[in-house]
Amino acid sequence: MSAVTALPSQAPAPRVFKRRSKFERAVSSPRFWRGIAGILAFLALWEFGAWAKAGLGLEIPFFGKLPAPSAVAAAAAEVVVQPGYWWSWVESYKRVLGGFVIAMILGIPFGLALAVNKYFRDVFFPPFEILRPIPPLAWVPASLIFWPTNEMSIIFVTFLGAFFTIVINVLGGARTIDVRYLRAAQSMGATQWHLFSRVILPGTLPSIFTGAAVGMGITWNVVLAAEMVSGGGSQAGGGLGFFIWSSYMGGSMEHIIVGMISIGIAGYLSSALIRVLGERVMPWRRAF
Amino acid sequence: MTTTAAKPTAVTAPVDHAAGKSRVELKNVSRGFGEDWAREEVVRNLTFEIKPGDLTCIVGPSGCGKSTIVNMVAGYDHPDSGEILLNGQKVVGPAKDRMVVFQETALMPWQTTFDNVVFGPRLRHEGSRPEIEKEAHRLLEKVGLGEFKQKYPSQLSGGMQRRAELARALINRPLLLIMDEPFRGLDAMSRPLMQEFFLRLFEENRRTNLFVTSEIEEAIFLADRLVVLSNRPAQVRAVIEIPLPRPRQFHMMSSPEVFEIKRQALEILHDEAMKSFGGAAHFAHRGPAEHEARA
Ligand SMILES: Nc1ncnc2c1ncn2[C@@H]1O[C@H](COP(=O)(O)OP(=O)(O)OP(=O)(O)O)[C@@H](O)[C@H]1O
Ligand SMILES: [Mg+2]
Repeated sequence: MSAVTALPSQAPAPRVFKRRSKFERAVSSPRFWRGIAGILAFLALWEFGAWAKAGLGLEIPFFGKLPAPSAVAAAAAEVVVQPGYWWSWVESYKRVLGGFVIAMILGIPFGLALAVNKYFRDVFFPPFEILRPIPPLAWVPASLIFWPTNEMSIIFVTFLGAFFTIVINVLGGARTIDVRYLRAAQSMGATQWHLFSRVILPGTLPSIFTGAAVGMGITWNVVLAAEMVSGGGSQAGGGLGFFIWSSYMGGSMEHIIVGMISIGIAGYLSSALIRVLGERVMPWRRAF
Repeated sequence: MTTTAAKPTAVTAPVDHAAGKSRVELKNVSRGFGEDWAREEVVRNLTFEIKPGDLTCIVGPSGCGKSTIVNMVAGYDHPDSGEILLNGQKVVGPAKDRMVVFQETALMPWQTTFDNVVFGPRLRHEGSRPEIEKEAHRLLEKVGLGEFKQKYPSQLSGGMQRRAELARALINRPLLLIMDEPFRGLDAMSRPLMQEFFLRLFEENRRTNLFVTSEIEEAIFLADRLVVLSNRPAQVRAVIEIPLPRPRQFHMMSSPEVFEIKRQALEILHDEAMKSFGGAAHFAHRGPAEHEARA
C-alpha cells in the first residue's frame, strides 16, 4: 500500500464544444441507427411475408394477410397526389384541433377553479365525476341528435375526449403544488392574485402539458371513430377516419394501410407540436 | 464544483438597520392536531426568548414538533393558546419581516435563480427595477452564485440551492431569519462548508436567527443559545448558553467546554429519544455520549 499523496489539482483544459444541431447529434448516435435497423428489419419481414404467400404458397401468420410494403408504397404514391387525400387530413385536423383547443380553453380555467376554490369544487366536482367515466363515443348518438350539424357533433365529442383528461390533470397538478412554494411566496408578501399567477399557474404548467399530450391522443381516437360512425360528413373529404372506412368498403387493403400510416404520422405531428410548445413555455424542464 | 469558498465575498452592503435588533418571544405557546379523542398535543406551553442579534438553536428529537414551532413563528400556523411576539408585536400571519429557509429547497423551479431572488421585492414594488436588480446581483455574488444567476434551481447543487435560498431570504431584509434544518440532506463534504459559510454570513451583521437542527454539533458550533426540547409534546427541557467567542472556528469544537455542553445536551436528548422508543427503554444502558445526536 502506498502512502496517500495529494495530487496537484489541475484546472481541466476548457473543452471546445462545437454546437451541433439536434438532428446532427441524432444521426451520429448509435441509438438512431439501431432504430433504423429495427424499422428496416420489420419492413423486410413484412415484405418477405407477403412475397412468401405469392411465391411459395406459404402463409406466414399476420404478415401473410397483408399487402407487401412495396404495394402499399405504390398505393401511397398514387394517393398523395390526389387533393382528396389531403382534404382528409385537413378535415381531421380541423376536428382534432377544434375540439382540442376548445377543451383547453374551457378545461384549464375549469380545472384551476376546481383546485383553488372550495365552494366551486364542492358544487361542480360531483357532476363532473359522474360524467367523466362515460366514454366519449357513448356521446355520439346523443350529440348527433342534439347538434344541428354532423360537424358540430364530431367536434363536440372530440372536445369531451380531451376535456375530462385536461381538467383532471390541471386539478391534480394544482392541488399537489408543494405548500412550501406558496408559503415562501406568502412570506415575501404575495397577494392571492400573486399566489395564483406566480405560483399556482406556473406550478401547474407541467400537468397542463401532460393533460394536453394525453388529451391529444384521445382526441385522435375519438375523431377517427366518430368519422367512421357518422360517415364523415357530406362535404368534400370525410377525414382520415372516413378515408379508411371507404377504403374498407372499396376493399382496398393497400389504401387502408396508407390511411393507418397517415393517422400515425398525423398523431405524431400533433404530439410533437405539444412537446415543442411545452419546451418553449417551460424552459426549466429542459435539462441543460 | 458544487460547494465553493466558505467565506461570503466582501461586497459593500447598504446598511441594514433592522438586522440584529429584533427580539422574539414565545409565551406559553401550545398547539395540537386532530379532532376530539384523536387530538394530540404537539407543542405544550412553550416559553422562550430569542434575544436581539442572537442565533438560537432549537434542538430536539425527530418528530417532536420543531417544524410546528417554525410554522407558528413564520405565521403559517397559529398557536391554540399563548402568543408569539416579534419586537412586542403579536405574530398573526406570514410577512416579509420573517423569512424561512426550508429543509428542502423551496426555490421555485420555474424561475431562474435570479428571478427567485428578486421575487419578493418585485411583488411588493419596493424600489425601482434597477435598484432591486443591483441588490440581487450583490447578494448572489456574496453567496458565491454570481455565475449561476440564470440557471434554474434544478441545475444547482444542494449547497448552491441553500445559498440561493439565503440570498432570496436576505434581499427582503427580514427582522428574523428562520432556518428549519437547512443543511439536512447535504452531503458530508458540503455540510461543514455550508455551516461555516452561514456562520460568516451571520457574524457579519448578526441578524436575529432561529435555527432548527437535530445535529447537536451543528447547534453548538453555530448558536449562542440552545433550546433543548423534549419529546412530543415539545416542551423546553433546557436552555444552554454557548460561551464560545465569535467569530467561531472549527477548532473551538474540541475544547473541554464544548465537550461538557455536548454531554449535557446529549444526555437530555438521549432520555427524550428513549421515551419515544417507549417499550425499548430497557436498552437504555448505553452511555449518552455514544449515542449520536441523530436522536
Ligand atoms: N398540520 C398537521 N396536522 C396534523 N398533524 C401534524 C401537522 N403538522 C405536524 N403534525 C404532527 O406533529 C408532529 C410533529 O411534527 P413536526 O413536523 O413539527 O416535527 P419535527 O420536530 O419538525 O420533525 P422532523 O425532525 O421530522 O423535522 C408530528 O407527529 C406530525 O404528525
Ligand atoms: Mg421538521
